[in-house]
Amino acid sequence: MSSKTLVYILKRMLLAILTVWIVITVTFFVMRAVPGGPFMGEKAITPAAQAALEAKYGMDKPLFEQYTTYLSDIVTRFDFGPSLKNRGRDVIDVISDGFKTSIPLGLSAASIALVTGVILGAVAALRRNKFIDKVIMVITTAFVSMPSFIMGSLLLIVFAVKFPILPANGAAEGGLILPIITLALYPMAYITRLTRSSMLDVLGQDYIRTARAKGVSPAKVIFKHALKNSLIPVATYFGPMLAYIVTGSLVVEQIFAVPGIGRAFVSSITDRDYPMIMGTTIVLAALIVIMNLVSDILYKVIDPRITLE
Amino acid sequence: MNKRPFSMQVDLDMFTPASDADKEYLVKMRPSSTFFKDGVKRLMRNKIASISLLLVVIVALASIILPMFWPYSYDQQLGLQPGKPVDPSFNNLAPFEYGRTEMKMMEAGEEVFPHLFGTDALGRDYFIRVVYGTRISLAVGFFASIIVLLIGMTIGSIAGYCGGKVDLVIMRIVDIIYSLPDMLMVILLSSVLKVSLGPVIAGTVLEKIGSNIISLFIVFGVLYWVSMSRLIRGQILSLREQEYVLAARATGAKAGWIITKHLIPNSISVVIISTALQIPNAIFTESYLSFLGLGVNAPMPSLGSLASEALKGMSSYPHRLVIPALVISVIVLSLNLLGDGLRDAFDPKLNG
Repeated sequence: MSSKTLVYILKRMLLAILTVWIVITVTFFVMRAVPGGPFMGEKAITPAAQAALEAKYGMDKPLFEQYTTYLSDIVTRFDFGPSLKNRGRDVIDVISDGFKTSIPLGLSAASIALVTGVILGAVAALRRNKFIDKVIMVITTAFVSMPSFIMGSLLLIVFAVKFPILPANGAAEGGLILPIITLALYPMAYITRLTRSSMLDVLGQDYIRTARAKGVSPAKVIFKHALKNSLIPVATYFGPMLAYIVTGSLVVEQIFAVPGIGRAFVSSITDRDYPMIMGTTIVLAALIVIMNLVSDILYKVIDPRITLE
Repeated sequence: MNKRPFSMQVDLDMFTPASDADKEYLVKMRPSSTFFKDGVKRLMRNKIASISLLLVVIVALASIILPMFWPYSYDQQLGLQPGKPVDPSFNNLAPFEYGRTEMKMMEAGEEVFPHLFGTDALGRDYFIRVVYGTRISLAVGFFASIIVLLIGMTIGSIAGYCGGKVDLVIMRIVDIIYSLPDMLMVILLSSVLKVSLGPVIAGTVLEKIGSNIISLFIVFGVLYWVSMSRLIRGQILSLREQEYVLAARATGAKAGWIITKHLIPNSISVVIISTALQIPNAIFTESYLSFLGLGVNAPMPSLGSLASEALKGMSSYPHRLVIPALVISVIVLSLNLLGDGLRDAFDPKLNG
């Protein structure tokens, strides 16, 4: 790894840290702008709890001091304060509980999207303008135009209500199948289109013709030369894909009643559980920023042709 | 045939004055085509794009015109007559069914306008709600894109024209906003603005639009201008250095001519295309927020809020979910395809 690469990585890491800090700051001050302050939920809370919260965050202290306390609690102890709705539980406990369901859900959706997307994209590119290519393109175009909540609801109607072959409740056994499919469809369609166009690009390159001309078997040309090189642009999509899966899981978990972090976040919005909204936003934002960072660095590292600024 | 091809002697035939027929040949063959006409012609030749354009126009016109003469309104609870108890027979009607009083009127020989899509749980005509929701969703998408365009264009051109430190500072801010997870910020800001905007706009014209839509516009204005301003800055920077601008300047063109004839036509297509592609994006975001309960204020419908309300009674009334879902998908799909078509037709640099 050259020193240029290292400088690039350091720069990106600094930007990522800055971004997370800005998210925390914006979240904090935006929440303080809510009429009545962040601890005035829709549900009345006991005066004792109110007093405890205000003491904990030193609401009587100057705003800037409250901010530094909040920030240092997060940085040193991952402490986002107590949740208002879930009495007696800390926000971070609710979040880590939610992750136990959400991480397997997100990871399976991502891997399914990746594998099927690459296969479909490669098939479409190799059979360019043939029937199968057109079918794949029409279906993927339809999928990228459908919001995730609509996709989820339609799947729910078809596979759980009209033909009850899969459970509608995400907490039941096998209940994660439909949410995983729902979450995977959009990134799958996107990766298919990405792979197809980059594969078409690669197939037109001189080194493919050279490989064919010197008698390399078609299978080897496809897998070793074409597919490998056409996967590089797909690496840039890792970050946005995770962002999509995180935001998509908010509604998908809601539709299928999956007890994950997305559902906790959505109900915290409805319940106006502000410490929970703040905490979840910060954790999810940090997750997305980190994934974007990893995906960018990966992209620069795996393709030596890409020059760094 | 020239017998001596390498002779230096001048062939006098080549210097005879041109006949009228020769001159005619050199005069342009057909009326000159402007950049815009050319693009429109290319767009019309693209079948998918022209079908999408037609669909978008039909849907938009229908959503504007239909509510004007439809006998029902989007917030009218049909079972609720002044001075009478609520008539629940109007709630949850299936398509082409009628409420009890309507049945009586029909027996008496009166014409009753059918409920094409039935009614919802509160006895409101569902067809007009879908039409009205389409109107709201389209309007939100359109205006959000215009806001993004205006802010992005102003800041982007300032950065591009000024250059130097101003450019550097603006671009750092753009980088940071760009790396924020947009959806989470949208949710955070709208969940707060929804609450805090209410008292601020009470009593003004803005109250009619509703705090949620205003907060959506604010969020779009705050977060989504960055890619537009990046685009415009890049356009200005690269166009200024183009050879044809240099050539125009060398032949003595004035700044006004260069701007109107070279810079604007070359950058406006990119701007229009990305604005067009921003509209489906905004519709997507609005429907997503409506689904989370952060969209338009009740009783105003939007396609997203209709779908999310329908989710509750999904097993008994699936059509109520399928219809708005279909409308959103058709709108977003045709706007996306139209945007792609516009890009192919109006961006000569991509025609390779």
